[in-house]
Order: sequence, then structure tokens, then C-alpha cells
Amino acid sequence: MTTAELPRARVRVRQLPRELHPGAWWIWALGLAAAASATTNPLLLLLVVAEAGVVVALRRSDHPWSRAFRLYLWLGLVVVVLRVLFRVVLGGATGTGTVLLDLPEIPLPHWVLGIRLLGPVTADTVLAGLYDGMRLAAILICVGAANALANPKRLLKSLPPALYEVGTTVVVAVAILPQLADSVRRVRQAQRLRGSGHGRRSLRRLLVPVLEDALERSLALAAGMDARGYGRAGDLTPRQRRVTGTLLIAGLVGISVGVYAVLDQSAPRVLAVPMLVLGALAAAAGFVSAGRRVQRTRYRPDPWRVPELLVAGSGVLVAAAAFVLLPHQPAVQDPALTAAPTLTLAALLLVLLGLVPALVAPRTSS
Amino acid sequence: MQLRAVGVELAGNRVLRDVDLAVEEGELLLVAGRTGVGKSTLLGTFNGLVPWFTGGTMSGGVWLGDVDITARPPRERAADVGYVGQDPSAGFVTDTVEEELAYGMEQLGLDPPTMRRRVEETLDLLGVADLRGRDLRTLSGGQQQRVAIGSVLTMHPRLLVLDEPTSALDPTAAEDVLATLARLVHDVGLAVVVAEHRLERVVPFADRVCLLPGDGTVVVGPPAEVLAASPVVPPIVELGRVAGWSPLPLSVRDARRAARHASPIPPVPPTSQDQEFCRAPGNTPAAGEGLAARGLRVTYGSAGRQTVALRDVDVDLPAGAVTAVMGRNGSGKSSLLWALREPARRAAGSVSGSVGVGLVPQTAADLLYLETVGEECTAADRDAAAAAGTTRALLDRLVPGVDDRVHPRDLSEGQRLALVLAVVLAAAPAVVALDEPTRGLDYPAKRALTEVLLAMAAEGRAVVVASHDVEFVAEVADRVIVLSDGEVVSSGPTGEVLAQSPAFAPQVAKILGPPWLTVEQVVAAREQR
Repeated sequence: MTTAELPRARVRVRQLPRELHPGAWWIWALGLAAAASATTNPLLLLLVVAEAGVVVALRRSDHPWSRAFRLYLWLGLVVVVLRVLFRVVLGGATGTGTVLLDLPEIPLPHWVLGIRLLGPVTADTVLAGLYDGMRLAAILICVGAANALANPKRLLKSLPPALYEVGTTVVVAVAILPQLADSVRRVRQAQRLRGSGHGRRSLRRLLVPVLEDALERSLALAAGMDARGYGRAGDLTPRQRRVTGTLLIAGLVGISVGVYAVLDQSAPRVLAVPMLVLGALAAAAGFVSAGRRVQRTRYRPDPWRVPELLVAGSGVLVAAAAFVLLPHQPAVQDPALTAAPTLTLAALLLVLLGLVPALVAPRTSS
Repeated sequence: MQLRAVGVELAGNRVLRDVDLAVEEGELLLVAGRTGVGKSTLLGTFNGLVPWFTGGTMSGGVWLGDVDITARPPRERAADVGYVGQDPSAGFVTDTVEEELAYGMEQLGLDPPTMRRRVEETLDLLGVADLRGRDLRTLSGGQQQRVAIGSVLTMHPRLLVLDEPTSALDPTAAEDVLATLARLVHDVGLAVVVAEHRLERVVPFADRVCLLPGDGTVVVGPPAEVLAASPVVPPIVELGRVAGWSPLPLSVRDARRAARHASPIPPVPPTSQDQEFCRAPGNTPAAGEGLAARGLRVTYGSAGRQTVALRDVDVDLPAGAVTAVMGRNGSGKSSLLWALREPARRAAGSVSGSVGVGLVPQTAADLLYLETVGEECTAADRDAAAAAGTTRALLDRLVPGVDDRVHPRDLSEGQRLALVLAVVLAAAPAVVALDEPTRGLDYPAKRALTEVLLAMAAEGRAVVVASHDVEFVAEVADRVIVLSDGEVVSSGPTGEVLAQSPAFAPQVAKILGPPWLTVEQVVAAREQR
């Protein structure tokens, strides 16, 4: 027996379970959301929502925020229902198409221009509301998918060094919330030991100890962070500090003047786009300089590898396809309200690109 | 590390004056003194929280080796001085053990391989490797304390400063933490400064003691010398003083040897006839009938993931006696007290006997919400429908001379506890329950509390105290109930229960053997002889 006859060992490199970089999830989800915003075709929108749902179901972790996705689905449904209801109550502007329900129009004084209350409900009105609502709901659900998939704390930690302080503040503020709920529960229990209080007094007897508690906790936390080196200046020369400050202020001024000039058509054109670009450049340089000043490092940073690239890339591709291809197929992008919506193969395939993460993203450990 | 002629003035009070103190490498320095003499202030000067964070003015200088670091703020001293505050959970910045250990190093800007290595080393050094991924809020008190120590150790400081590291811990967890500290001092050569009220726990580990007598100065020296004249001493030293042992023994082992050889203690233990200090229940005029609970069950969480806090527990609280509830952190002590007070907390079981349980919760200050002591007293009278002045009279009996116009937050720990107790007593409950009342109290304040509780029992009330504090329980309790995992593991007279358990035995029992429990018993027995 030769070695050639041996059953070939199946070498298959399997990915170890790990969490994907949160930035990749956000780029993917925002890409899907951008694609959804470009169309009112209900079939495409349903497809996007289904993709988001499938990826979340397959790749979410067991952290508490992962369970929030269902909340976003409900929110989407509420948005659709509200949108249709508003169309009906405020009367469709079109008024064409089959009349589904002939409601009497409530007469409004003549100075209320352009608003009709009730009136005949036509199929067009309802469909327009439905499509519009679905678009909004799809965008919301895409953001919800990012929330369920990406660890918010790790996302904040991936911020550029210059924004480190802001990131830490947000993380600490988020961590305070459960403690506050805890404190409220404890004080309410304790207050019940003292017998009943009513009205304003009972609110006050709850608030005062809770606020005192929160204040004391913040002070203890601030002392703890200070004692552990938060906000160290390191060895920074005064000159470096001046350069950073000058760059940041110049950037801010440049951007402000530029934005003003772009919006105000009477301003000289030299101040518009060139000023905006210059300001942005100065601000970017200031950020880099400020970032270099921060001598912090990250413990076990999230790596950015091939799966991250694929996941983010699929999102960008879906968005790009939606904005480049769909305008050439108006019937697919904004289907007429009178006929059933249609799909073309190209549109279908391009949107299905959004499913790539379900295949390439590593599983989480659970 | 040296403090040279340091003086601190906070809000017009001179807290410290001309303090000269040098901490050597590889030594454990214990800072002792009564509540409010400036122990925390002294600790704060090491890492700069005083005066940078607290305000006030400071004179003198802080030196690290040959470098004057007085002008450096705490964040710039972080790499040299590690500081762990009174409540470690309040100082946590991140939410998992591993990230918390790495936080300080991230601030220092260490490179990732070094950080990774130090985190692993520290996890092993403190014995918390199995907790690495855990949420910090789910840890027990002892584990939290060890993680807090680890989170400053990763920065490789030369000095470690701890403010009351064992106050909130049960005896076993406290021993874990202290053993960790001893290991750091001996093996790593770290200098450690510890402030602690429960001297009996730390004195055996201390190389030197820094005593703050209260006038802003410090007395530094070997433990035996300094404690010989100290106003706050652990029971072991008190026993040594009574027996006239010299040199003063500091560890249970030394004291046992002294007791064997010198033996000035009455050889005959107190018998059942002459133990006026062992107040048997029923000796006092019982006004109420006490309280009996049968089959108490307390559960938390929904049906799917239920955690059981109390498992069908039977408890008797006789009137006129003090009952202590002991056990590990999380063994169901607080749940038991709350279940006695509020029927809504009980999943099953019944409570019969006296109605009206007054409960002083663990964070007593939660009950207070007004601006002055006087307003609190009036409000308490109104809430309890008692005659005007009832609460004030009770407060005067507990701690005389508290000004009506003072804000409750400005009172000392002992005074605030007394105020809450007075508020609770205004409703004239037949049963009084206290949850961990000795937290933050020094020895004199604990003694005052003991007298108050015994007086309440003498009035015919049933008193129940949940506590970790072995020495306090030995002095105050007639009966002890030990809980473990929501079940009663032992219950009976204090002498029997405490002497049987190695973890809960008070120092006097460890030295002289049962049935001795407190120094007072020894004093009384000697006087009788």
C-alpha cells in the first residue's frame, strides 16, 4: 500500500471562536442601513431585514446587549404601523387609486393650508405609508443588529487615542446606571422601615439619600481613577503642548468659517471649500499630535484580520451597489404604487452580499 | 518612602502636625487610632490624595528615596504608590477582573506583552486566576478586595497603601487578604501601610505600629511597645495587660505560651453558679414574649434561575436576650433579618410572637434624608405616631450631647448609628434587629453599642444582630446562630457555639480555651478570687 492510497487527511483550518472587531460590525450594519435608505422596494427592504436577523441569530454573543435585537424588531413594527396611521389620519395627498374606506373629511378652517384630516382612504395612501415606514424600520433594525453584535465597551476602547478621555467618561457613565438602580432599590427598602410618607415628602426622602450616595460614589471613583494614573500628562514639553493647541484651534476656526461660507452664497468663494479643507487638515493634524501625546497602551486590543475586512467590505459593497446600480433601475428602486413590486437578479445578488458575515465571521465562544 | 515634618490642615482643623515617618522596604506598617483622628488623612499624604483631592493645606515634604515628590499629583505617583480605598468596589473602573488588573498599566503606557505577563503573574500571586473573566460586581467581598490589591500591584509600586482592607469581610476572607499581604511583604519585599480598626486581625502581621493618639502627632515603634500605652488595643493585648504579662504577647501562639508558664489567670473556669456575665435568657423581666419563626424560606430571581437565600430556617428569638447571627458573606444573614421584618420577603414560613420588628439596615444612612438631626427626630416622632420628643430622648440616652443643628452626614459613624437606632426605636418595637452595626466603629464605640444593646435586652426586648465581628459577638450575645448557604449549621449559647468553631473563636477563647470568651469574664473571675 502506498501513501497515495491512504485516505487523504482533511486539513481544514477552523477559526477559533473570538469576538469580531466591533468596528467591522458597525461598518457592515451601516452599509446595510445605507442601502435600505436608498430604496422603497418592500421586497428589498424585507431582504435587508432578514439578512440582519440571520446574521444576528448566527453570530451574536451571550452578553446582555445581544438580547436587545428583539426590541429593535418591535420598534420597527411600531414605526411601520404609526407611519400608515399618520397617512390615514392626515389624509393622503394623492387621493388616487381604489378607495378602501370612505371616511368623511373633517373640515378645517381655511388658514390651515395643505393639511387634511381624514377623508377617503385609498390603496395608494396606505401603500405609500407602508413602504415609507418599512424603509425607516429597516434602517432602525440594521442599527439594532450592530448593537446586538458589537460589544459597545470594546468599541469605545477602539477610539483614536485623542478621544480616549471622552471614551472613558462614557464607559464610566454607562457603568453607573445599574449602580444607581441598585441604590434606589436599597434606599426604598430602607425607607419602608420608617413607616409611610406621602406625596412630595416621599419623593424627597427617596431622592436625597440616592443623590448623596451617587455623589459619594462618584467621588470615590474619581479618587480611585486618579490614584491609578488616569490623566497622566507624562513627559510632554511645553512646546509640543502649544503646537497641539494651535493646530486644534486653527482647525476649529477653519471649519467654522468654511461651513459658514458654504452655506452663505454671498460670502467670497475662496472662503468656502478651500477653507473647509484647510480647517479639516489642521484639525486632523491636531488630533494626530494630541494622540501622540497620550502615552497609553491597550491591553489585548482587538485585532483587525481577514474576517474583519470581509465583514466590513460586504457592508461597503452593498451600500455602494445600492447607490450606483439602483438609480439605473427606477422600477426596482421606487416601485409604482399601482403594481406589484419587482426585483431584478442583479439587485437581488448585490443585496445578498450582506449575508457574507454569516459565513466568514468567527463564532463567539458561547 | 518618607514623610518629613508633614502637617495637614483640613477645613480649619489641624489633623496632622510635624509627622516624621519612614516606611522601609519589606515591612508592614499598621496605622492605628480612634475613629476620626486622621488615619485616612495620613494614608492620603503618601499617594497625594491629600491635599490634591481633599483640599486643605499641607506643609512639610513627601520623599521617595532621594526625590521630593510633594509637588506631584496622585496620577503621577501612581507608578510608585499603590492605593486601595475603603470600599474597593467603589473604585473599580472597568467591569471584568482582567481588564481591571490591566487598567493602571494602560495608563502608564506599558507595551502589550509586558501587560499580558504582569496580569498573569498577578492573577497567580493573589490566587484569583480562576476569576479572570468574571464580572467584578459578582465577586464576594474578599475577592473584590484581592482584585483591588492586584489592580495596583500590576503597576509594580514600591509602596502599597490600604485603608481598612478587612472591615467588611468575614473572618475567613479577612485572613485570606492578610495572608496575601504577608506574602507580598515577605516574598516581593513590598512596603505596605495598612490602617485598620480590627487590630486583632492585623497586629500579628505588623512589623511596626504607627499610633495616632489624637493630637495630630504619631507614635511609631514595635507593636508591643506602642500598644502597651495605646487607647485602642485588641483583646489579646488587653488580656496581657490584665494578667501583667511582659513582654506583651501579640499573637495567639505567644499568648498561649505566656498563659501556660505565667498562669496568673484563675485555673478554675467560671461555673454555672457564678457566671453573672452569662445572662441566661429568661433571667430578665420579660415584657414581650419574643419571636419564633418556623420554616422561613427566601428566594431571589425568577422560577427558572432561582437562588435560595434561606432554606426553611427555624429561629427563636427569646425576649430579653441578644441573639447573634453569624456566617460567611452571602450566607443569608441579611435575608433572615429582612424576612423577620417583612412578610413580603418570605417565600414560605411563618413568624409568631411579638409583632413590630425594628430593623437597622446595613447602610444605616439610607434611612436619613433631612438636613438636621432635630428635623430627623421630629419626622421620626410623626412617622411612628409617638409623643413629640420621644426620638430625641432616645437619642440622648444612646449618645448624649448631639447638637440638634448638625447635618446627619457630619456625625461620626457611631453617632449616626445611634440616630438611626433612635429613629427605629421610636416606634417601640418589641424586636430590634441590626445588620452589621459595627462597620467603621472603633473599640470604645463598639463598647458603647454593646451597652446599649444589653440595656435594650434588659428592657425585655428581643435583640438580634447580624455580624462578622467575633469579638463584638462574644461580648454582646447570649445566643449565636451560625448560617451557611441559607441553613442553620449551629445554634446555641454563645460560649458553646463560638468556642467550637475555629473561624469564629474569639482571641480569649483561643488563648485560654473554652469556656472563656471575653476579657471582662477574666477580670470578673479574678476579682472574685
